[in-house]
Amino acid sequence: MLGKLNWHAIPFDQPIPMAAALLVVVTILAVLSLVTWKGWWPYLWREWLTSVDHKRIGVMYVLLALVLLLRGFMDAIMMRSQLAIAAGGAQGYLPPEHYDQIFSAHGTIMIFFMAMPFMVGLMNFVVPLQLGVRDVAFPVLNAISFWLTASGALLVNISLVVGEFARTGWLAYPPLSELQFSPGVGVDYYLWALQISGIGTLLAGINMVTTILKLRAPGMGYMRMPVFCWTALCSSMLIVAAFPVLTATFGMLLLDRYVGMHFFTNDGGGNFMMYINLIWIWGHPEVYILALPAFGIFSEVIATFSGKPLFGYRSMVLATLAICVLSFMVWLHHFFTMGAGADVNAVFGIASMIIAIPTGVKLFNWLFTLYRGRIRFEVPVLWAIGFMVTFAIGGMTGVLQAVPPADFVLHNSLFLVAHFHNVIIGSVVFGAMAGYYYWFPKAFGFTLERRLGVVSFWCWLIGFYLAFMPLYALGLLGMTRRMQHYADLSWQPYLIVAEVGAVIILCGIVATVAQLVVSIRTRESRRDLGGDPWNGRTLEWSTSSPPPAYNFAVLPQVDSLDAFWAMKQRGPRRAAARYESIEVPRNSANGFVTAFFAVVTGFAMIWHIWWLAILGLVCAVLTLLAFGWVERVEQEVSGEQLANDERVRLRPMDPA
Amino acid sequence: MMPAGEHRPPPHGRFQGCERALRLRILAAPAAACLVASCRQAGVLDPQGPVASAERLILFNATAIMLVVVLPVIALTLAFAWWYRASNRRAVYWPDWSYSGHIELVVWAIPAMVVILLAGVAWTGSHVLDPAHKLDANANPIRIEVVSLDWKWLFIYPDLEIATVNQLVVPTGVPVEFQLTSATVMNSFFVPQLGSQIYTMPGMTTRLNLLAERPGDYAGLSANFSGDGFSDMRFLVHVVPASDFSSWRERARSEGAVLNAAAYSQLARTAGTTQMQTYRSVDPNLFERIVQQNTAAEPTAAPPKED
Repeated sequence: MLGKLNWHAIPFDQPIPMAAALLVVVTILAVLSLVTWKGWWPYLWREWLTSVDHKRIGVMYVLLALVLLLRGFMDAIMMRSQLAIAAGGAQGYLPPEHYDQIFSAHGTIMIFFMAMPFMVGLMNFVVPLQLGVRDVAFPVLNAISFWLTASGALLVNISLVVGEFARTGWLAYPPLSELQFSPGVGVDYYLWALQISGIGTLLAGINMVTTILKLRAPGMGYMRMPVFCWTALCSSMLIVAAFPVLTATFGMLLLDRYVGMHFFTNDGGGNFMMYINLIWIWGHPEVYILALPAFGIFSEVIATFSGKPLFGYRSMVLATLAICVLSFMVWLHHFFTMGAGADVNAVFGIASMIIAIPTGVKLFNWLFTLYRGRIRFEVPVLWAIGFMVTFAIGGMTGVLQAVPPADFVLHNSLFLVAHFHNVIIGSVVFGAMAGYYYWFPKAFGFTLERRLGVVSFWCWLIGFYLAFMPLYALGLLGMTRRMQHYADLSWQPYLIVAEVGAVIILCGIVATVAQLVVSIRTRESRRDLGGDPWNGRTLEWSTSSPPPAYNFAVLPQVDSLDAFWAMKQRGPRRAAARYESIEVPRNSANGFVTAFFAVVTGFAMIWHIWWLAILGLVCAVLTLLAFGWVERVEQEVSGEQLANDERVRLRPMDPA
Repeated sequence: MMPAGEHRPPPHGRFQGCERALRLRILAAPAAACLVASCRQAGVLDPQGPVASAERLILFNATAIMLVVVLPVIALTLAFAWWYRASNRRAVYWPDWSYSGHIELVVWAIPAMVVILLAGVAWTGSHVLDPAHKLDANANPIRIEVVSLDWKWLFIYPDLEIATVNQLVVPTGVPVEFQLTSATVMNSFFVPQLGSQIYTMPGMTTRLNLLAERPGDYAGLSANFSGDGFSDMRFLVHVVPASDFSSWRERARSEGAVLNAAAYSQLARTAGTTQMQTYRSVDPNLFERIVQQNTAAEPTAAPPKED
């Protein structure tokens, strides 16, 4: 009846997982009861859960990312605390079977459920506004994408309470992840969570590519698109190209695990080297799926706060496209030590280095955007400067490992761990934080508290260097990754410094949470009435903060790069002469309901509850079909109503 | 020199002179990587053989080449950010400046030139330091077959017909030709002070050539996560002078158990680490049978395998 599920799935006998599980359950219950007690359900359902507005969906993505950042960070600080004490003969406080789950969950959550939703969320929110259009190409599909991503995140967190998570590392290399070596449900949680969220991500990518290629304000040719839109386009094209590979790879591993096939097993003619190739054919572009939008954010931020157009726009676009193409040609550098011949290693090593050329160009272009600018040191600029310095170092250690013989001694060591945290925190997290602060007033109509933003930045920056520079040194000393304890006492001081760094990063996270609370409480004094708090250059700043559901009553006419800047140069904005009626999408529960059944199906598959899996899948398909028959998917906003709304909306924006 | 089968931890004595420096390094953690070189300590910056030395040289050269660009970029970033701050009224402000063909040329050329230099390093380095590439030395090479097990290392000396677990004894100045496989999941064989690591993979053989120049004890480990017992999957490399090696070999041949099919199956099935041990005799085809995944107690002819 319940497959493999029984009371032993809940870790009653292990205090630490039990405490973590309780914390999660209590938090969720507390939030649910608060919502019920306050009577917020109708509002939530109407305005958020069934919303197909790209701005609302973007906000929900970012919220998901921030919540999962907390979860992923808890894993991180548990690991750092373990390694700060597990020296010599000591075993620390986390036994291997728990520690191995933590580092696997940390990587999985931070990449798939923190970095990805953060970037996809910012793209979702910003791109249609920057393009000067009213929504993405497929608004309902957009909601489905989000809710499928959230479903994956939910499944990963259910594993905390019911069962276990994978103990294989965040990419679950076979043969370790095969049934023979990982018979538990951990790998199944990993696979089903990522299959479900992966479909969501793929749909989001398709949506974004279509939006950028097909929906742009009149006059906005490709070479007039803001750089962030270019990076979003390239990132989404990478999603469309790479995520099917991930789904197929996981599909094969699932077939191995569920029906005894032999794609990647040790026996029966399987070959796990194929998995490692395939996973990195997805995995390397994935790095750029995350990094490219971050580069786009920094391009916007640096240009805006320098009071200058971005230096070398065409170069920047070219560099972005080059990275997009090259990122598919370097995957082998993740396993130079697999014994491929010298020619193969050298070719992939050099291909990897070539990516450093367009990336270097970007760095120089930001540098020359600062040059002869008039830089206002708002919080996003601090993140941008911190990024440029940190990323230069991370890029260097990356290129170092692209030299195959250097990689032979650095691979799998803490040097590697330090490198990818250096680039991912340095670019993706710093970029996400910069974008969060920069676009927050557009999303909510008030700015974030500045001082706590500055505190958060410095904590992250200092914490990052303290946490990861010792790891570079440890890698050179011969410490490898994923160790649960170590014999060499001379490593311990470095790991204690790293722990201190993690605690400082924690202060940065606390400052971010405090900043949000303080900003909400003092929002009346920090209203963004004009819609353009930073003296922006692109179209998102031309509408009010927050924008109306339809973004623009009249689509803006674009005749140059930095369209809004050009409009401001021409003089104060005027209300349009006449308003034509427009159609806006109606709410749809499609995404929420489909995702609910996806969670049911995933959970049932993990625990081998076959009847429930079939039921969930049938219901999910029926939901999609049923909503396919809904005919009234749009509603009209009449010209008169638009004119009225606009008068009210534009009043505070024009002091005259 | 090293009695077979006896466990001796890596010597910590040589770190003592560095303790003060170590404490200083804690204070200056970001600079630690650079300082490690000045302090003799186990790791890839303290090479004990030609492979590791060459790799360290490549590390230094590549880093130096990149620092020539990276350091000025960091300095300019901070300098521009400082000088062009909005409050500095002496700074020139060009609100519309966004293009310069000359600068564009330079910013594409600089990284391209760095990459051309590094590509040369990578190309030659990959070929000279190909793990499968045999090393030139006066001495006759010694062959060692390596098997990663859950979670321990088996070393077979096929020509000497002896085997060891979790300890590797090699003579100084003699090239060692490793053939490696795994009887379980993928691992990575790595002795940081001797150089290149290589994956050990079930059903497959990888090759690695190393040489130890000086006697000593060096830490070896698995660098690729392989399950719960991974952290203890370490071994010790005793590098001994040639004369000591032959006496160790004689002693190993006269004591310890025999590694036959039954003993191997016992060893492979016991999960977890094992004390160091030696086997006085070993089936010379054992490695091949492990690669073929045909280690049943009754040795049978290996089935023809398509490849």
